[in-house]
Amino acid sequence: MSHWIILPIVLPALLAPFILMVIRHHLDLQRIFSVAGTVLLVAITGGLMAHAATGEITVYELGDWPAPFGIVLVLDRLSGLMIAMTAVLALMVLMYAIWSGWDNRGRHFHALFQFQLMGVLGAFLTGDAFNLFVFFEVLLIASYGLMIHGGGGRRLRAGTQYVVYNLVGSTLFLFALGTIYATTGTLNMADLAVKAAEMPADQTALLRVGAVLLLLVFCVKAAVLPLHFWLPASYANAPAPVAALFAIMTKVGAYSILRVYTLVFGPDLELTQGLIGEWLVIAALLTVVVGMVGILGSAYIGRMVAFATIGSTGTLLIAISLFTGEATAAAIYYMIHSTFAAAMMFLVADLIIERRGDTISARPPMTHGGVISILFFIAAIAMAGMPPLSGFIGKLLVLNASRGADHAVAIWAVILITSLVAIIGLARAGSLVFWKAHDTGTKDLPSPEGTPDEPPEADTPSPARLPMVPVFALAGILVALTVFAGPVMTYAEAVSGQLYTPSDYIDAVLNRSPE
Amino acid sequence: MSLFLIAALPFLGAVFPALLIRAGRNACSWSAGLTTALALVGVLLHAPAVMRGEVIQARADWLPGLGLNANFFMDGLGMLFAILILGIGLLIIIYARNYLSREDPMGNFYAYLLLFQGAMVGIVLSDNILLLVIFWELTSLSSFLLIGYWRHLPEGRQGARMALAVTGAGGLALIGGVLLLGHIAGSYDLTVILQQKDVVQESPLYLTALILILLGCFTKSAQFPFHFWLPHAMAAPTPVSAYLHSATMVKAGLFLMARLWPVLAGTPEWFYIVATAGLITMVLGAVIALFKDDLKALLAFSTVSHLGLITMLLGFGTTAAATAAVFHIINHATFKAALFMTAGIVDHEAHTRDIKRLGGLRKLMPVTFLLATLAALSMAGIPPLNGFLSKEMMLEEASHTYWLDNHWLIPVMVTIGALFSAAYSFRYVVHTFLGPVRDDYPHRPHDPGAGMWLSPAILVALVVAIGLFPQAIAGPLVHTVADAVTGQQLDHHKLKLWHGVTPALYMSAIAVIGGAILLAMHRPMDRAWIAAPRPEAKAIFDRLVGALTALCRGVTDRLHDGALGRYAAIFLAVMLVLGGYAYATGTTIGATRSGMPVTLLPLIGWICLIGSTICVVWFHRNRLLTLVLIGVVGLVVSLSFNYFSAPDLALTQLSVEVVTIILMLLALNFMPKTTPAESSGGRKLRDAVLSVGGGLGVGGLIYALLRGDSAFPSISAFHLENSYKGGGGDNVVNVILVDFRGFDTFGEIIVLGIAAVVIYAITEAVMQTGVRAKLLNRVPDQPVAGDAHPMMMVVVTRVMMPVALMVAAYIFFRGHNQPGGGFIAGLIAAIAIIMQYMASGYGWATERQRYPYHAIIGSGVLVAAATGMGAWLNDLPFLTSAFGYIYPPGLEKFEWATAALFDLGVFLAVVGAVLLALDSLSRYAWKPHTDTPYPMDINPARDEALAEEGRKA
Repeated sequence: MSHWIILPIVLPALLAPFILMVIRHHLDLQRIFSVAGTVLLVAITGGLMAHAATGEITVYELGDWPAPFGIVLVLDRLSGLMIAMTAVLALMVLMYAIWSGWDNRGRHFHALFQFQLMGVLGAFLTGDAFNLFVFFEVLLIASYGLMIHGGGGRRLRAGTQYVVYNLVGSTLFLFALGTIYATTGTLNMADLAVKAAEMPADQTALLRVGAVLLLLVFCVKAAVLPLHFWLPASYANAPAPVAALFAIMTKVGAYSILRVYTLVFGPDLELTQGLIGEWLVIAALLTVVVGMVGILGSAYIGRMVAFATIGSTGTLLIAISLFTGEATAAAIYYMIHSTFAAAMMFLVADLIIERRGDTISARPPMTHGGVISILFFIAAIAMAGMPPLSGFIGKLLVLNASRGADHAVAIWAVILITSLVAIIGLARAGSLVFWKAHDTGTKDLPSPEGTPDEPPEADTPSPARLPMVPVFALAGILVALTVFAGPVMTYAEAVSGQLYTPSDYIDAVLNRSPE
Repeated sequence: MSLFLIAALPFLGAVFPALLIRAGRNACSWSAGLTTALALVGVLLHAPAVMRGEVIQARADWLPGLGLNANFFMDGLGMLFAILILGIGLLIIIYARNYLSREDPMGNFYAYLLLFQGAMVGIVLSDNILLLVIFWELTSLSSFLLIGYWRHLPEGRQGARMALAVTGAGGLALIGGVLLLGHIAGSYDLTVILQQKDVVQESPLYLTALILILLGCFTKSAQFPFHFWLPHAMAAPTPVSAYLHSATMVKAGLFLMARLWPVLAGTPEWFYIVATAGLITMVLGAVIALFKDDLKALLAFSTVSHLGLITMLLGFGTTAAATAAVFHIINHATFKAALFMTAGIVDHEAHTRDIKRLGGLRKLMPVTFLLATLAALSMAGIPPLNGFLSKEMMLEEASHTYWLDNHWLIPVMVTIGALFSAAYSFRYVVHTFLGPVRDDYPHRPHDPGAGMWLSPAILVALVVAIGLFPQAIAGPLVHTVADAVTGQQLDHHKLKLWHGVTPALYMSAIAVIGGAILLAMHRPMDRAWIAAPRPEAKAIFDRLVGALTALCRGVTDRLHDGALGRYAAIFLAVMLVLGGYAYATGTTIGATRSGMPVTLLPLIGWICLIGSTICVVWFHRNRLLTLVLIGVVGLVVSLSFNYFSAPDLALTQLSVEVVTIILMLLALNFMPKTTPAESSGGRKLRDAVLSVGGGLGVGGLIYALLRGDSAFPSISAFHLENSYKGGGGDNVVNVILVDFRGFDTFGEIIVLGIAAVVIYAITEAVMQTGVRAKLLNRVPDQPVAGDAHPMMMVVVTRVMMPVALMVAAYIFFRGHNQPGGGFIAGLIAAIAIIMQYMASGYGWATERQRYPYHAIIGSGVLVAAATGMGAWLNDLPFLTSAFGYIYPPGLEKFEWATAALFDLGVFLAVVGAVLLALDSLSRYAWKPHTDTPYPMDINPARDEALAEEGRKA
């Protein structure tokens, strides 16, 4: 019996209470343990991903109860990829948080961080719909704690909206699960897939309601229009490393949609015809528009990046909503890109905000402006989907995959035109922030000390350079993602192939011998 | 040299200047120059083979699934452009070393320049059109950086953004076009696409693809109506203008049209779009150029005009026209780059580029004058310079081209264009260099050192040499390139200076003479031009972008104004619509279970529930009352759980109710007692409709679920069956919680623990702000009870404490077989402790609290996790339970189960979480130095002791 698969959940679940119990007053120790734990997570999840890459689907029956009666964890190519990505991202973000001193601006950063990881990793690994709800709760409450880390009026206000909106989403999750359980009598996703396929044709109405409510829940998490309203203010006001980590949170929603609507309510299922992709593609298109428009329409850097995240998620959702093998492979590639690009963008935004405040307007030159402008340039290219970085390749893949879709013209038009808006917006921001600082009219402006939006601490000397290291590392990941696009796509296609042969998954979970 | 290396060299070279700037400006420029030279040598090494008609290739897979591969090839066209890019690049690098001043960051400059150079080389050598698009966009980005190089100048920043917006837009269109083209042709490799003329031109997508690709080309090459960005890009340092905006980048559009000429050209669509745009651009650019006073602006519009000329020639779609286009590309690159450099020299020396402040420089700067004159005369089309030759070829082609059966239109228009072209060329020379020497130059000019005039001199030498010996110097190259462009083996006429008396010669003569006359009349015409109203492209563009930005901001801010009520309303509406749609489009067989009879008890419960809910709505401004009413709702829910035979749920719900109401009361203590009225009538109506709709929707859904049977047997049958057998407990609910779905519980206690920790963290954060002072100084709006810690209450809670803890223990231990369990027990224990806080105050209770609540939460989670991991010792999965019986002597049999240990973890986590939350909330009200060391305010014993002491004293 291999227990490796549960380690990504148990390890942070042990580390966090340990930090709370024993070393909550020792920041250095917390940092050591947190980093060590996260490095271990990278190693473990990397190993698990390598194992999943062989195509084997590993099932772990908790409490030794057989599916569908107990809870199972399932490791397949998709979940392997997601957990590995989470761990790598977490390590980068953690290093940034430590080097920038963000973890010291409030209480319990590291404990909450580990809990958050546990929630995200659990959501990716579980094969049970209700357990997915539980992990959604874990990551929601932990993320709320992280979001308001450090406090401050605006952050607390935004945090309240965040948690209230998402609790409404959780409530809906319960309604959806209740409906699904009442109609099918099961919660295991593989078993649900079997039951959904066998549902008598004369009693589909209630399960259809359940399926569509569940989709809405995931859309809230993924921040798909018009259920995205929680995102802009909370991401813009969250501490930067946390916002960067949240890059994976919208992906939890995207992942859940991919998982449930290929496995349980797959595209060929008669039961949910006309319910899923048809709505989703339109919502995703609107999401892209609102996100990209928001980039140009934001007066603050943090807010701009938050909208860039929405736009990026929208593009991802377009690819997902097509529910074809090719489009899903494109979505997988784009998801990897989007996660790291958004994280990088948030961290770059923080480097800027720490030095000169949040507004997109002319301020005197900042320290390390040159290096940061390079980082901003890279991140902006990635976010806008300009060549040569992975954003462009991802976009090409999405465009290519949507060629034969119903809304192909709309998809192409929206993606290409909104890219332009994003380019204009990012160029404007970069020009105002980095170039105009050197204008003779700007140099003499009062320094940003004491600006209302982000009062810099009085006793901090010049900000450190060390936090730039993880940002460069993220840039490196994006470059690697571009250079090795071929192998990555091969994996993405394998993921997609596995998703569209759900019988393998079902057989593995329900312990049936393949027919 | 491998094409990979040639394409990569400039990018590698871009790294050096950025790093070497600290080693000095010379190290910087030398590293840039040497890598460029190396790449140029690499290209030239292939030249003999290419001239023989061979195609050099280099291929590597990148993303084969998409058809995006790192495939390069070099034929005549690619080689010509590569030589232009690298050769002129080398000259520019030399020139810029002397042009840039000490204040300019040279490392950045060369890094950007080489980045651009690499992107350009990439474009012209790409075999894969997707790869080409990548390089294409890179040129836009690097040109953005170069135009904005003087970041302190607003013109530079605005010009950069404008150029990026226009070329970026074109680039995006190009992406679409290329994807379509590749789809039609079945490959993204140019070598394949170029063979597919018929397939492409017969495709229904041809026109769309054509338009999208041409949008890319036109924006890049500044064709009407996208020509306006180019003059504003001239805010860049002059080497950049000379390099990007005359010799190379703006020719990328031409390159692509030439590259795709074999597949796209030859159709009426191609002719009318390309030739017309080129013609308009040519004439318009020439006319505007004449009236520009800024030397660089004059050259910029002349560039626009010449690009139009070449575009028009490509648009004609004939092989002869294509050959003329190729020749003019070469010639234009030579004379225009030279002219820009001379303009830069004038600017550098005289500190102005305003032609109205110049004049008479002939004597002061004889070398510059000579170079500028030769280059300008070539541009004007004066024999025997190279510009004359290609212009002649163009006029010849134009003279027999029909536009909508009109024989006159094109010849007349091109003659007008050529006429203005001659005029502005003359003006460039006459108004700058001729005339009397002035004494009011901003800076006294003189010829610069050789470092600056060497580069233009080399180009001018070419201008003259090609003009005199066209066939010997440029002939083979032009022919090879023309073959590559047209994709055919053409019979080439030799390039000659003298063609005899042809219509073209007449047109040329008219142009030159007319141009001279026009220049003579320049002053009155200029006044008229300035007086005439004309659209200012920059103003229009700025207004457009401004409007777009304002629109985006308006939409964004209006949509995301932070109104949580509206957000939730949208959420609810979406849920109702989609849920309703899903239900309406599905099928149902209706109720399969009969309803239960309405008896008195449920009816009372129902009335209480509905009544209190209505009251909550009615009295919602009174917060305390609302809380009480919500308590009623919770109570009825607990009772109904019990009524439906779910005692575990009922117990849990009941204790949760108690704890939450206490916590909320505590929170309410710090808040206003009433909610202000904020909603307008419309909003109330909206909320009423949505909430009633939502309530009915959810109610209806639950009703439908209750009245129908599941289509399949539920997994709960298994749970019932295996609860005792496999889980060792009779209470299925508890066994589900700690065993079947113990993992869920594990997650949920963590949620609870996190929630408490978060409350603590918020408290910490808030306490460090001004809120604390506000809380400390607040004046209670209601009279405070005189007796904060009443004796009666203290005594009762002390007595209750052991009883309550005993009950908790009892509930805990019976849990596995009867209603109860760790969760409920934890809540009860927590309540027992909370009572002590309430009775004797925060300070007193905290002093007696020996175990920090953080640690209790942590230990709870750890105990639960450790129990789960215990199973690993038996090589069983996490949370696998074990149980057995022991028979203590003299007692009945006693069951032990690992599940109980797990439940202990649950118990600890719940106790810790509840108390940490309470502790955190209490601290808001806690004031230092107000604690008494006594458990209660009035204590007769203490009073007596005090009186005793007083008596003694």
